[in-house]
Amino acid sequence: MAATVETIEQVEQLGTEKYKYGFVTDIESEMAPKGLSEEVIRFISAKKEEPEWMLEWRLKAYEHFKTMEEPDWAKVEYTPIDLSDIYYYAAPKVKEKLNSLDEVDPELLRTYEKLGIPLKEQEILAGVVAVDAVFDSVSVATTYRKKLAEYGVIFCSISEAIKEHPELVKKYLGSVVPYSDNYFATLNCAVFTDGSFVYIPKGVRCPMELSTYFRINAENTGQFERTLIIAEEGSYVSYLEGCTAPQRDENQLHAAVVELVAMKEAEIKYSTVQNWYPGDETGAGGIYNFVTKRGACRGDSSKISWTQVETGSAVTWKYPSCILQGDNSVGEFYSVAITNNAQQADTGTKMVHIGKNTKSTIISKGISAGKADNTYRGLVKVLPGAEGARNYTQCDSLLIGDQCGAHTVPYIESRNPSARIEHEATTSKISEDQLFYCAQRGLSEEDSVSIIVNGFCKEVMKELPMEFAVEAQKLIGISLEGSVG
Amino acid sequence: MALLEIKNLHASLEEEGKEILKGIDLVIQPGEVHAIMGPNGSGKSTLSYVLAGRDGYEVTEGEVTFGDKDLLELEANERANEGVFLAFQYPVEIPGVPGMTFLREALNSKRKYHGEEELDAMQFLKLVREKAKSLEMGDDMLKRAVNVGFSGGEKKRNEILQMAVLEPTLCVLDETDSGLDIDALKIVADGVNALRNENRGMLLITHYQRLLDYIQPDFVHVMAAGKIQRSGGKELALELEEKGYADFTGKAA
Repeated sequence: MAATVETIEQVEQLGTEKYKYGFVTDIESEMAPKGLSEEVIRFISAKKEEPEWMLEWRLKAYEHFKTMEEPDWAKVEYTPIDLSDIYYYAAPKVKEKLNSLDEVDPELLRTYEKLGIPLKEQEILAGVVAVDAVFDSVSVATTYRKKLAEYGVIFCSISEAIKEHPELVKKYLGSVVPYSDNYFATLNCAVFTDGSFVYIPKGVRCPMELSTYFRINAENTGQFERTLIIAEEGSYVSYLEGCTAPQRDENQLHAAVVELVAMKEAEIKYSTVQNWYPGDETGAGGIYNFVTKRGACRGDSSKISWTQVETGSAVTWKYPSCILQGDNSVGEFYSVAITNNAQQADTGTKMVHIGKNTKSTIISKGISAGKADNTYRGLVKVLPGAEGARNYTQCDSLLIGDQCGAHTVPYIESRNPSARIEHEATTSKISEDQLFYCAQRGLSEEDSVSIIVNGFCKEVMKELPMEFAVEAQKLIGISLEGSVG
Repeated sequence: MALLEIKNLHASLEEEGKEILKGIDLVIQPGEVHAIMGPNGSGKSTLSYVLAGRDGYEVTEGEVTFGDKDLLELEANERANEGVFLAFQYPVEIPGVPGMTFLREALNSKRKYHGEEELDAMQFLKLVREKAKSLEMGDDMLKRAVNVGFSGGEKKRNEILQMAVLEPTLCVLDETDSGLDIDALKIVADGVNALRNENRGMLLITHYQRLLDYIQPDFVHVMAAGKIQRSGGKELALELEEKGYADFTGKAA
């Protein structure tokens, strides 16, 4: 079972109905018609000049999607999404055009200021100007790409990868998250517009942190982002996703898929700071973030580490997971999820122990304030062959105020008697004593909450790459503003 | 100008409406050290909380001026930044926050408040190490999370270190001697004595005379039933040690 390389072909054998096609799409038009249909998918694929196999895969996903129902097991409530009311192709571009920062929500600008984001960058984030109007972004991207190419590292958009490295994409796309995986992932398979592709060759330690930021300009990745990272034997890569400033976005539904593949002795470190627009105090207008992230430790002694700081979105539904196939492979999940006002987060991880002596660590810190709900949902599964598997889970919840909720839902399934699984959970509140102590030392209420919460999250924050950590710390303070008193 | 002037201060617990302070009058001049002694439940700690601006207490009558400021008009953190420091009887734990980080935030809050430039990590480190040395606190103690897993003595030393770094003009020490063995008491007292100067006023709140052997006050006040019952020099403390608080409470303390 260990180190099995599942390819798309194999996954297909899980059995889904063959789709029947017969549409012709007019590829002249700039925008796909509203709603989801085979025609729209053909349109997207044609627009992106994709090879036939890619289109077929998308359509197969779509056929499967039609048989699926939206899941309702998460502890989140939201107005149902009307899939027929979304532009699947042009949607990412229909950001409302603003002429100057004066037209931007002052709240948003205040946050940018606190984070110390330069004015030019504020304009991009708020959607006032296009990136290339500010930076010579093409050359930036090229510089990095050139340097990376010297090491044999491929870092490009997934659309480019489909065209330029079809053999890699074909081999690995859908091999960790199959097209039939779940409602939102399947939808993503059918209609994804872009995303990132990373390939680290054997024995290479990627010389820099790879960040979506470097190629912010490359494509407007929009709401159905697709990321694929492959680390060959003995390689290492650290990948940063996201942005510490809240992003104004007109797309309400975000259904991304991220797949990681680590071969023998390879290590992938994937860090996310998610700060999508959470909506107003009632949650209105906020983003629904329904993401499927999964990594496969295919090779022996491989390691995948997820670190996430989730502060944005109205609804978050996200479980970055590790499939520990290789013997002695290691999976880690470090998470901070903050919910304030009407935000809801149902997040956690799945650690599936398949190989021998596989190890996983889960550190989850949930912070709730306002009327928010925060749920940790995690699965630790040990299969019969996973001799000597070990897991350590620690779930801590911090409550601010008395109208919020914290919930912990751990699932443990062990089918090997030699497995050792530990689970610790705590729930605490920011005490009045702590706030007074901080105030008596001169700290404002905002700074007090920020420092206390950052202390609470320390074990996770220290996993973030340095340059990210500082901003993430500030972000934690900002997202909890007005939560006390 | 007096450093602190309390006039006819009445304060109640907000929730229960129960009056704890029933007309306190006290004047502290710059450079003076005052001790307030009294039995449990006399309102000593409440006085320190009301001065520091803790939530949950309502001032129903009276006034408090600090220098030329109306102290009661200020928020708790503003009072701190103006120079009021309370050394806690039970210093509070803040898990995950290194003592250094906490203290740097505190000092920089104060500096910002006064329009001064914030200190960077290196400048701050130098300052703290210097202050910590005399309190026999090493780097390891400064790196640990604020008060987490500290012994009673370590907690109190940490309070004095904070005081030394923040350089307040009014230090209120609430039962600083409680839970200290004699060696720890000496270190803490030395730390406090080193901070005495002609501009700084101190208010020591204590149950026992013992602390006053090490920190000699200029004035001693006996508080009972929410009022200052008697004031005098340091000999008053010795008298109390001998006779107890019975004269002031009508029963043996």
